[in-house]
Amino acid sequence: MAELLVADGLNKAFGPTPALDGASISIDAGEIVAVMGPSGSGKSTLLHCLAGIVRPDSGQVRYEGREVTAMPDRERSALRRRQFGFVFQFGQLVPELTCLENVALPLRMERVRRRAAEQRAMEWLERLEVTDVAGKRPGEVSGGQGQRVAVARALVTNPRVIFADEPTGALDSLNGERVMRLLTQSARESHAAVVLVTHEARVASYSDREVVVRDGRVRDLTGARRG
Amino acid sequence: MAIAGGRDGWTRALLAAIAMGIGVPALLTAAAVPAALDPRQNRVDPRRPASLGDIPAAANTLLIGQQFEAAFRDQTVYAVLVRPEGPDAPLPPGVARLPQPGEVVVSPALRDLLASKDADLFAPRLGGARVIGTIGPAGLTGPRELAYYLGSDQLQPGQAERVTAIGSTNTVEFSPVLALLIVVISVVLLLPIAVLIGTAVRFGGERRDRRLAALRLVGADQRMTRRVAAGEALGTALLSLVAGVLFFLLGRQVVPLFTLWDISLYARDLRPNPLLAGTVALAVPVLAVTVTMVSMRGVVIEPLGVTRRAGTTRRRLWWRLILPVLGLAVLYPLFGDIRSSTVDNRYQIAAGAILLLFGAVALLPWVIDLVVRRIRGGAVPWQLAIRRLQQDSATSARMVNGVAVAVAGTIGLQMLFAGVEGDFRTDTGADPSRADVMVQSSGVDGRELPVRLRAVPGVTAVSSILGTTAANADQPHRFTFVFVADCAALAEALVLERCTDGDVFVSKPGSGTHGESYVAAPGDRLLLGTDKQLAWTVPAGTREVPSRRDPGGFNRDMGLFVTPGAVDVSRFGPLEAWMSLRTDPGDRDALERVRNAAATVDQRALVYRLSRTDEANRFVNVRRGLYIGAVVTLLLVGASLLVGLMEHLRERRRLLAILVAMGTRRGTLLWSVVWQTVVPVVLGLVLAVGFGLALGAVLLRLVTVPITVNWAVVGLSVALAAAVMALVTLLSLPPLWRLTRPDGLRTE
Amino acid sequence: MVYTPWCTVLGMSIGQTFLGLLESSPRHGYDLKRAYDERFGRTRPLPYGQVYATLSRLLKSGLVEVDSVEPGEGPERKRYAITEAGVTDVDRWLSQAEKPEPYLQSVLYTKVVLALLTDRPAADLLDTQTAEHLRLMRELTRRKDGGDLAEQLICDHALFHLEADLRWLELTAARLDELAREVRSHG
Ligand SMILES: Nc1ncnc2c1ncn2[C@@H]1O[C@H](COP(=O)(O)OP(=O)(O)OP(=O)(O)O)[C@@H](O)[C@H]1O
Ligand SMILES: [Mg+2]
Repeated sequence: MAELLVADGLNKAFGPTPALDGASISIDAGEIVAVMGPSGSGKSTLLHCLAGIVRPDSGQVRYEGREVTAMPDRERSALRRRQFGFVFQFGQLVPELTCLENVALPLRMERVRRRAAEQRAMEWLERLEVTDVAGKRPGEVSGGQGQRVAVARALVTNPRVIFADEPTGALDSLNGERVMRLLTQSARESHAAVVLVTHEARVASYSDREVVVRDGRVRDLTGARRG
Repeated sequence: MAIAGGRDGWTRALLAAIAMGIGVPALLTAAAVPAALDPRQNRVDPRRPASLGDIPAAANTLLIGQQFEAAFRDQTVYAVLVRPEGPDAPLPPGVARLPQPGEVVVSPALRDLLASKDADLFAPRLGGARVIGTIGPAGLTGPRELAYYLGSDQLQPGQAERVTAIGSTNTVEFSPVLALLIVVISVVLLLPIAVLIGTAVRFGGERRDRRLAALRLVGADQRMTRRVAAGEALGTALLSLVAGVLFFLLGRQVVPLFTLWDISLYARDLRPNPLLAGTVALAVPVLAVTVTMVSMRGVVIEPLGVTRRAGTTRRRLWWRLILPVLGLAVLYPLFGDIRSSTVDNRYQIAAGAILLLFGAVALLPWVIDLVVRRIRGGAVPWQLAIRRLQQDSATSARMVNGVAVAVAGTIGLQMLFAGVEGDFRTDTGADPSRADVMVQSSGVDGRELPVRLRAVPGVTAVSSILGTTAANADQPHRFTFVFVADCAALAEALVLERCTDGDVFVSKPGSGTHGESYVAAPGDRLLLGTDKQLAWTVPAGTREVPSRRDPGGFNRDMGLFVTPGAVDVSRFGPLEAWMSLRTDPGDRDALERVRNAAATVDQRALVYRLSRTDEANRFVNVRRGLYIGAVVTLLLVGASLLVGLMEHLRERRRLLAILVAMGTRRGTLLWSVVWQTVVPVVLGLVLAVGFGLALGAVLLRLVTVPITVNWAVVGLSVALAAAVMALVTLLSLPPLWRLTRPDGLRTE
Repeated sequence: MVYTPWCTVLGMSIGQTFLGLLESSPRHGYDLKRAYDERFGRTRPLPYGQVYATLSRLLKSGLVEVDSVEPGEGPERKRYAITEAGVTDVDRWLSQAEKPEPYLQSVLYTKVVLALLTDRPAADLLDTQTAEHLRLMRELTRRKDGGDLAEQLICDHALFHLEADLRWLELTAARLDELAREVRSHG
């Protein structure tokens, strides 16, 4: 399969401490990659660089051959809006909007009409088995439901890559498993690649492949060191 | 316990302290205003000569004459001529040594002016006098005041006062209308600040509730959380009070650097009235605790979270209407003319106005709710903003309460001002369209002056009338005025059908006005000149013509008017001169050059710009105070709004960062913030206009003035408020940008 | 080495499992194997030899008896039934907590120490093991996805155990330097 997203020799330091120290990774289309590693090893920073949220100090990120690191802010924003989806640990739903409106939000930002956007949002809520919370506000739903709504929101634009940073970090294992099952299942169905940051092996086991970030470098565990 | 809230507690305390730190100095300043204005009046008085009437010149006498209408550009100049008549002449306050002729003592601000590049526009008035010292603060109303004491040998007893001491007390009484104005102004300025402090107390409320929930988790009961909250509020209030006092003391040091509308103050002038300051010191903590308790009434803090009761209850209209209705009820008995009332009804007025204005505060959340509940759909930013407002209209209402009260108050007050302006304004009768500057000179030969003035750059026309008095040679105790001017100048004072050089005219007062006054008739023999040595017979061709106001508003309805061809003016001796000038409107320094030219010929010449009306000084001061206050209040409210907005943004920092990470356009976030502010502000302003007009109408009824609405004033107040809001929104952009950086993604 | 922890756990109690199955009704040896495989032996069917070895052990200790013998040849004609003593044994087994297995002297630990002692790359060893664990977990997760509840629970059991091992691997990797110092100073 073709390489969809490639990072090469990423360096990023916050003050004197390097968060990434020559990290490289390559993600194929439709592939689910778990990024593991101890706390503070630079997993989130790697994800932010890959998604074009943070610009690395040096090194390159290429998406479909285009250099993300060289794009101006506007363009990176548009890329994230159209090609990427995001699931974070918590606190990503707009508290004033209903769950349905939250899921419809990325579509509305792409100027899809409200009715059409909410219809598609509803379909995704169905796929993630949370239709019952459609009219509720995020403050009124459980953590697991909230995360499933967030997954629906990440997938609603049919992105090519989903970035998930500890998507089950705030959930118990049963709910976590459910979110992971639905996330990977939906991603596979829509042929989206997933970059899944987690430090839980059980969550990572939903992936096709794991990499470990240690001291700002990415390693394959098969002995061959990539970065 | 109050500060023991960890980092959050500190942030909250700091935010509230800053907000109150702005509010408290405002209250303290307001508390200092009566005192600050008083010393102004009192310190003008100590330099006013203590008049003793007619006394002979002696070793301890001083001739002192103030130069009226002295000014430099827009700033009044306190200009005084002195002529010590002996070694023991009294010293004016702040002056170390009396200037002799050719010497001058100047204020520091004037000294700076004389050292600046504008010196040439002022120096000639001092006639080249040597500066021998500066006037100390004791002799000035403010550090930026322009003032001088110029030594003179021209000063005559008739033009100045002869005194042995300087400094006299002068009590000024407030008219009932002025008292009404001051009461209403205080209410209008202080109410928004009270609202502001009430808002500041609630800063960080949500976070505090969450923290209290954590306390409940470790075993505290409802009562205890309440006590903790009260303790926190008290602690914060005390901290803010300290911060506020510090801000005030600091701010006070900066005050002398500014001159606003001719007012400059010394730091020490801003000394709060101890009683009022004490009230503020007491009121702020009490208010803080009360507001906290009230805001917690709608909240149930449980170990695992916070439930808001208020959110679910529908807002009821009736009790919100009680306040304004009560206000009307309090004011109603005063309808009629308070001008004629003898009892002190200031407190009744204040209470009524406060109740009426608080009506706007009470109604605002209801109105926001009413309007916002119906709105659906719209673009993303609009949807985000509206949903936010639907969820929590109270917070947004609180943010704009201050603005609403300030604007309502200002509108009401402006209407009152417009209504009573007539009480304080006198018609000068001047007609600035015919001439814009007037120069009067007496004492020295006025014939040279018009010539000099014509030569001044920027002066386009000079029309001059010279005058003297003449006695009837046969009845020496009967005097008449004799004016000399060419036909063109005479046409400014008389209604002339035709005029040629050599003509003589006479004007008579309207019947009954001057009864016995002497009007010269053809054939009368008059004695002219300083010593009445020049005899002149009123020619037979003298025509009687009606008089009219000259451009300065002066009506010479009794006197002889002689064209230069009819008499040899040079033999008249010293003449008074009235000159009306037209200056180039584009040349803003023309007037300064006129003043210079006039002073060179006659130190005592009076130069002033003509205006149709002349307003009582106190009234003007009060209105200036209002302008300053309204602007400052709005800025304060704006600052608090900014703090509130910042806190809101800070609380959603993570969400904002996530939205940006998702690829949300910054413009979308920006507009949602803008709408979120604009919608309540617009509603608040609409309400404010309504209540402002109502207040204005009521106040006008108090002074029985027909109710008229000055839409320009309404527009101005609204525009000012809108401008402040725009500024606030603009200022919230950089933090918004900062808060949307990826750092926000990190959990705290 | 392929590390299959669940076999150890299940293997230790085949006897009691048989007793439990027999308690509901007497069975032939062949039936027992089928019932066992169906419910518990998904990953590895029980070899016939082990079935009869276990049964004869149970017979010897009087926990089961031969209920009847069908006409015909071979041991598979015998039908077995549980005895009073057998029921008591099942009772005891079910009511008794399993002794937690601390694996204090696991093979992995031994490997790591040996690698350190012989200056071989212990970190690589751990990485390789981690990769293998993860691979297995991924496989189990995939299987779990398609399976019914029983299958899911069994897989979860295994997953949690593997996860625990992984934690140990992770922790050991993080403290490898410390361990190396200690091992060498003792050596
Ligand atoms: N915005 C930032 N400012 C300062 N330091 C940062 C910032 N972001 C990351 N770091 C530092 O960079 C390093 C890597 O951080 P990162 O968040 O990528 O780790 P992580 O692997 O995601 O950890 P965790 O599993 O705890 O989420 C850490 O030492 C962290 O302190
Ligand atoms: Mg992280």
